[in-house]
Amino acid sequence: MFESKAGILFIAGVGFFALAFVSNALVPVLMYQDLPEQTAVEVVNPKLLYQVKELSWRFPVAFQQHVGAPDEADDQAWREKAAELLRLGRQVYIGEGCWHCHSQFVRPVSNESKRWGPVSQTEEYENELQRPVMFGTRRVGPDLSREGGRRSSDWHAVHFFNPEWVSPDSPMPRYTWLFDGNPQRPNKRGLALIAYIQWLGSWLDSYPYYEELDVMREQDF
Amino acid sequence: MIAHDSTAESLDPSQLVEERLVRWYFLAGCLFLGISMLGGLLMALQLVQWNPFNGLELLAPGRWRMVHTNAVAYGFLANVFLGALHWAVPRLTLRPVASRALSYFIFCAWQAVVVLTAVGIVLGPSLQASDWVAAAAAKYHLAMSLGAQGLEWGETPFWIDPIALVGLALVAYNFMVPIAQAKPPLYVTLWYFMAAFIWTFLTYAMGNLMPEYHVAGTSAGAVGGLFIHDLVGLFVTPLGWGLMYYFVPIMLKKPIWSHGLSLVGFWGLAFFYPLNGIHHFLYTPIPMFLQYGAIIATVAVELVVTTVIVNFFGTLWGNARAVVTNLPVRWFYTGMIFYFLTCLQCAMQVTLTFQKLIHFTDWVVGHAHLVMFGVFTMWLFGVMTYLFPRLLRREWYSHALLEWHYWLSAVGVLVMATDLILAGLFQGYYWASLQPWDASLVGSYPFWATRVFAGLAMFLGFLCFAYNLLMTYRGATSAAAQATPASATWLG
Repeated sequence: MFESKAGILFIAGVGFFALAFVSNALVPVLMYQDLPEQTAVEVVNPKLLYQVKELSWRFPVAFQQHVGAPDEADDQAWREKAAELLRLGRQVYIGEGCWHCHSQFVRPVSNESKRWGPVSQTEEYENELQRPVMFGTRRVGPDLSREGGRRSSDWHAVHFFNPEWVSPDSPMPRYTWLFDGNPQRPNKRGLALIAYIQWLGSWLDSYPYYEELDVMREQDF
Repeated sequence: MIAHDSTAESLDPSQLVEERLVRWYFLAGCLFLGISMLGGLLMALQLVQWNPFNGLELLAPGRWRMVHTNAVAYGFLANVFLGALHWAVPRLTLRPVASRALSYFIFCAWQAVVVLTAVGIVLGPSLQASDWVAAAAAKYHLAMSLGAQGLEWGETPFWIDPIALVGLALVAYNFMVPIAQAKPPLYVTLWYFMAAFIWTFLTYAMGNLMPEYHVAGTSAGAVGGLFIHDLVGLFVTPLGWGLMYYFVPIMLKKPIWSHGLSLVGFWGLAFFYPLNGIHHFLYTPIPMFLQYGAIIATVAVELVVTTVIVNFFGTLWGNARAVVTNLPVRWFYTGMIFYFLTCLQCAMQVTLTFQKLIHFTDWVVGHAHLVMFGVFTMWLFGVMTYLFPRLLRREWYSHALLEWHYWLSAVGVLVMATDLILAGLFQGYYWASLQPWDASLVGSYPFWATRVFAGLAMFLGFLCFAYNLLMTYRGATSAAAQATPASATWLG
C-alpha cells in the first residue's frame, strides 16, 4: 500500500489533502456559516455616510467629476454611492498591494489593543469586502483595521500623493496616479481608496479610536 | 563529452526525452527569475527610500512586489520544475510523456499564464476605475478585480485562473500516463511526483476559487492560510525532494541510505504538511482549537524533515568530499542544510510564544527567502548546473563563474535571512513596547539597507550564471574549462 500507485494517489494525494481540507478549511467555514455575509450596501453606516459626504464637500470639483454627488436628501442614493466607492476602494487597496504592508487585524497580544483599539472579532469580517479577507501578513506600516476617522480625508489625500510630506520617515511609495496632478484633485480611484480607509473600524462604537500614545511625542520623533 | 547517466541507457534517453523542451523550460525559468529579482530589488530600494522611480505608476513597488513573488513561484520554480520533470520522468518510467505535442502546448500555455499574470498585476489596477469594468461587474456579478486578487501567491487575476487550472490538469495527465504504465515498484521520486500532480491541482483550485467566490471573512482566512501553505508544501516541496531523491544517488553513484526512512519521509510529509494551514493566521478569530492543531502538526513536520535530512546525510556519509569537488552536490546539500534550518525556525516560530513577537515582522520575510531561495532555488540551480552541459553537449564556459554564482547566492541568502530575522525581533520589541510607530521604521533602516546589498549579491550571482550560460550557448569554452576527467567529476 505504501509504495503502490493507488496508495499514493488515493491515500496521500486525495485522502490526506481532503483530511486537511476538512479540518483546516471546512470546519471554520461550517462554524461560521450562520453568520450572514453582509453586502457592501449593508455595511454602509452613518459614520461612513458622513465621511463620503464630507469628501464631496472637501473635494467638490473632483467628487462631482468622478463620482457625481446625489441629491442631499436622497439617503438611499448616498448609500449606494458609498457602497460603490467601498467596492472600488477595496480593489485599489488590493491591486496596489496595500495589504502586503498593512494588516487589518488586532491581535490579543503584544499590547496591540493599546495601540490599535479593540481586538478583532469574527463578526467584523463577515462581509463582501473581506472576500478574500484582508488580514495581511506583514506590517511595514501600521495596522489599518481601526484607521477610519483617525485622520482627516485631506491628510490621507496628501499622504497618498507623497507620504514623506506628512511622515518623513515613511518608506511608503507615492501614489500620484490616484490624483489629477495635485493632492486637491483625487481621481475616482483616489476618492474610493480614501472612503475605504475611512470605513475601516467605522462599525465599532469607538470611532475614531485614538491609541493610548502621546500624539505630540509621535510627531516630534 | 560527459556520458549520460545509466538509468535508461539501454533505451537511449534521447528517444525518450524531448531535450529541447527541457532547455526551453530552463531558459524561461531563468528569464522570469531575473525579472522577479528586479521586482524584489525595486521593493527593497523603496523600503530604504532609494527608489529612483517613486511615483511612476507602472513601476509601483506594491505591484512589482506581487510580480516578484508570482514570477518566482509560477515563472521560475514551475518552469524549471517542468523542465526537470521532462528530464527525469521518462528516465524513471522508461516511457516518453503522453504526448509531445501536448508538452509543447503546455509550455506555451504556461508562459502565457506567467506573462499574463504579470501584465494583469501591473496594468490591471490602472484600468480598474473604467466605466466598462463597473458595468461588467454589475451585469455578471463578478468581483472584476482586473489586477491582483487579495490572497498571497493567489494574486493571479481571476481571468487567468481557469487557464492555469487547465494547464495544471494537462501537466498531470501528460506525466501520469507514463507513470501509470511503468512497472512497479515505483522509485521514491515518483511517489513525490505523483502526489504533487494531484496536490498542486487541488491546492490551486481551492485557493483561487473558494476565498474569492465562496467564503468571506475568517473562514476565507482559514482557506487562504491552507492555500499559502499547501502551495509551498504540496507543490514546491514534493517536486523539490523528488528531484533530490533522483539526482543525489546518481551523482554520488550509490543508493539512498535507507528505504525505510524514505517511506517515513514521504508519508510523514503527506500526512502532516497539509494540516499546518491555519498556522499562518495565529491569534486571529479562527477558533483556538484549530490553531493548536495546526501548531502541533507543524512541530510534527519538523520531526519528519529531520528523518529526511538524516537519510540524505547518511547517503553522503563516506563521500563527503563530493560537497567540495562536485558543484551540483554542493548546491543540493547547501539547500538541505538551509532546509533543516528553515524548518527548525518554523517549528519555533509557529509556537504562540514566538508568534506574539514575530508575527507581521521581517522575521517571516527572512524565513520565506530562506525557503524559496536558500532551498528550492538553490536546488534548481544545482539541477541546471548539472544538466546544461548535457543538454548542450558542451562544457560550461567558465567554472570560475559557476563558483561565483554559488558563493554569491549562498552568502547572499544567508546574510539576507539572518538580517531579516534579526530585524523581525527588533520590530517585534519596538511594537510591543508601544514606542511611536516611526521608531520601528528608523530602527529597521539599517537592516533594510543590509538587505538591499545581500539581494544585490544574489542578483550578481545570477548574472554570473546568466552570462556563463550565454557564453556556453555561443560555444565559447575557456581554456581552463576544456572537458577533462577532472571537470566531469566536478560537474557530477
